[in-house]
Amino acid sequence: MRTAPFEYHRAHDIDDALEWLTRDGDREVKILAGGHSLLPLMKLKLATPTVLLDVQGVSELKGVTMEPGWIRIGALSRYVDLTRDPTVAEALPLLSQVAATVADMQVRNRGTIGGSLCHADPQADIPAAVLALDGRLIVVGPRGERRMTLDEFIVAPFLTVLEPTEILSAVEFPIPSGPQQSVYLKRPHPASGYPIVGVAITANVPTPGHLSNVRVVVGGMGSKAYRAYATESTLNEKELSPETLRQAAEVAITEAQLSDDADVPYHSQLIRTYVERALHRLYGGVA
Amino acid sequence: MENHLTEITMTVNGVSVSRNIEPRVLLAHFLREELGLTGTHIGCDTSQCGACTVLIDGEAVKSCTVLAVQCMGQSVTTIEGLAQTTLHPMQAAFREKHGLQCGFCTSGVMMTAIELLKQYPNPTESQIRQGLDGVLCRCTGYETIVRSVQHAASLMSKQELPQEEEVG
Repeated sequence: MRTAPFEYHRAHDIDDALEWLTRDGDREVKILAGGHSLLPLMKLKLATPTVLLDVQGVSELKGVTMEPGWIRIGALSRYVDLTRDPTVAEALPLLSQVAATVADMQVRNRGTIGGSLCHADPQADIPAAVLALDGRLIVVGPRGERRMTLDEFIVAPFLTVLEPTEILSAVEFPIPSGPQQSVYLKRPHPASGYPIVGVAITANVPTPGHLSNVRVVVGGMGSKAYRAYATESTLNEKELSPETLRQAAEVAITEAQLSDDADVPYHSQLIRTYVERALHRLYGGVA
Repeated sequence: MENHLTEITMTVNGVSVSRNIEPRVLLAHFLREELGLTGTHIGCDTSQCGACTVLIDGEAVKSCTVLAVQCMGQSVTTIEGLAQTTLHPMQAAFREKHGLQCGFCTSGVMMTAIELLKQYPNPTESQIRQGLDGVLCRCTGYETIVRSVQHAASLMSKQELPQEEEVG
């Protein structure tokens, strides 16, 4: 399959890229990173941009840097980079773990964190990790830089607040203060490997058997990854036992955000089972 | 725009090649149609089956999901680039352990396995199966593929021993 014809340009740096994006308002310019979401869409003619702007040479979008209290991950970081980078593995083991579950080795060698977030596929793995780790998306445009949460960035399936003149440059994550536990548990679709459900949980462990700052995120179903706030409340500052974990999983069903075409009993059961299993895995690590 | 051509230069199997191509030409098409390297197969054409896997700068990549223009200045290795005066140990192992049936997926499987063995020179069966997650064999000949990769690992570790002795 071939894509529709397009013009191809390589951006040399971020200013060059922003200039290309603002140069001609009539033409649809799409940013090409790893291409593993965009090119399949273009081959199916579901996307037909006039101009492809290849940003793989833009150094400002690359690399992992530590700042006081924060870790900054360039938007061009590939899944394979996230799984191998010792800084990421140390500070954000959840992100490494999630990246390692994405698709297969060949795809992880190309696909990027920024590309996944901008594609905003409701079945992607990365958004759940970004939400659970309280990441901030750094968006640069002609009017400067803005920072937002994943919830603010992704509006609906395949739709973000990114303006045509803007680029997602990086994601910043707060470095957890104190010991943090995290887990990602996913049920991959047997053919596609996309999560049917993916549950990401992070929590601080002030004392054994207790959790605080619990964030429970459900991804892979519904229109976008979401936090299960009521489920978190049943766990925060409570004495943990297998019974409280089971109750928390029941609560997760009551606040499930399923898509319109969901098989409600099946997907509810999946949420309960995967939230409970994920909590057990987390609890096993903290008790 | 139809005729808008871009000049591209890359190294393929150690040889520098330059062509003027449409930007929409996929790496898989570039290899097969421009360079005649038809050992790279196109199976699903939707980045799932892995038959089109080649190495770009040593990393396994599905060439149906990469534009040739993205490979400007990079080094691509295809199945044709493996054998030197003798078969590459991966090829020898696949021949000896019957790692191919119809053979359609084989070049993609071998290119993927080469990166796999770089990561895990002595892989467990589970590491092989997980590493080959991105290649599909419609003959379902996975058992012999796994045995072939295990055998290749053993051949390649034997090959490397003399070099280590020299260094030591």
